[in-house]
Amino acid sequence: MSEQDGVATQENGAMDEKNVFFTPFNVIAGGIVIVGLLLTILRFTKGLGTVTNLSNTQPWGLWIGFDLMCGVALAAGGYTTSAACYLFGMKQYHSAVRPAILTGFLGYATVLVSLLYDVGRPDRLIMAYPFIVQQGTTSLLFEVGLCVMLYLLVLFLEFSPIPLEWLGLRKARTIAVKLTIMLTIFGVVLSTLHQSSLGALFLIAPSKVHPLWYSPYIAVFFFVSSIIAGLSMVIFESSLSHRAFHSNMGKPYLEAHDPLVFGYAKAAALVLFGYFIIKLMGVAAGNHWTLLGTPYGIWFLVEVFGFVALPCLLFTIGFRDKNPGFIKSAAILSIIGIVLNRLNVSIITFNWQKPLSEKYIPSWMEVMLSIFMVTCLVLVFRFIVTRMPVFYDHPDFTNNH
Amino acid sequence: MENMMYTLQDYMLHTENTLYIIMGMSLIGMVWFWFFLTGNQEDE
Repeated sequence: MSEQDGVATQENGAMDEKNVFFTPFNVIAGGIVIVGLLLTILRFTKGLGTVTNLSNTQPWGLWIGFDLMCGVALAAGGYTTSAACYLFGMKQYHSAVRPAILTGFLGYATVLVSLLYDVGRPDRLIMAYPFIVQQGTTSLLFEVGLCVMLYLLVLFLEFSPIPLEWLGLRKARTIAVKLTIMLTIFGVVLSTLHQSSLGALFLIAPSKVHPLWYSPYIAVFFFVSSIIAGLSMVIFESSLSHRAFHSNMGKPYLEAHDPLVFGYAKAAALVLFGYFIIKLMGVAAGNHWTLLGTPYGIWFLVEVFGFVALPCLLFTIGFRDKNPGFIKSAAILSIIGIVLNRLNVSIITFNWQKPLSEKYIPSWMEVMLSIFMVTCLVLVFRFIVTRMPVFYDHPDFTNNH
Repeated sequence: MENMMYTLQDYMLHTENTLYIIMGMSLIGMVWFWFFLTGNQEDE
């Protein structure tokens, strides 16, 4: 090879590296991260009023309605999958545990970071002020905060075998694995508590939440729908990962994908059917049938039939006919449905008696910071799964789970 | 006018009646749904 050819090859190599780095995804994600960081500086130097449209009438906005409410619900895949595998003995779903735990851990971490943006005194949250100095033990928010904090710790410990295997810390990894069953039980208890309490928070505002969404059973609605969100997220995330990180997946993970999707679809169909019934019972218990004819009522019917009944039907047909396409569409619809439900309760129908001109509409900066959070989550997820043994068994620890 | 509810007793009776009917239908519906969902599995 001549010197000229060598130089040309080096240049091509550098060009390839450049092309690998400057992919459309990386460029868009990089742009979002830069804007997000600038807005973060603005938020923490100029205060909440500069970047948000929040007011005393609407102190909870997009960061609570989307980042927190939806984030917690969509991260429920962690406890549903680990409970199915370790507590109910469904070992065929073992390959889904690590990705689900990772998604759950990153989801809850994002929730916590979003909360730091949203509260007026983030320094007090970091110093655990509400838990050490001034405990509001009669408040549901205290329970939610404590559960989320403890569950984040549980998820971190459940996630810890992955980086410990990566780092080759055998002894620490053995201790972490031995804690699995205890952590799973703890995780299920904590999740049951705070998933339902997130809904129960709205019991304090019966006149502000629209009667079709408000119910004395709202805590049950939130808990049951979180199971749907968890199952749908595992299906969605595993299908997406199957495509994006196919080369990082081991043989057992690839083989377990289809049975996992069908098994979760069956479970999701059943839970959605139950959720549809309890939503119906919510309307009956309040005798709100006449409200179904109003614009808000039609919106409620869109949510219940379009994002509960329809995905239930698609999951059922998908499972019966073994049709992954139907199941994936149903999972996406369910996820949109849960997001819509949380936004309906906390933002869209909140203060429903006020005219539109007085209602809260998030500023572009709030929306941008929410997108920034989700982008950071995806980037960290990608960083971990391309380096650590999430979708494959570490060669040193095969058959050692 | 005969459908008007004047007392809490009227309201509770009406809503509880509706709830119990929905509950009964749901229990039957759940059994039907289970058989429909798992129907193809038996063939395999």
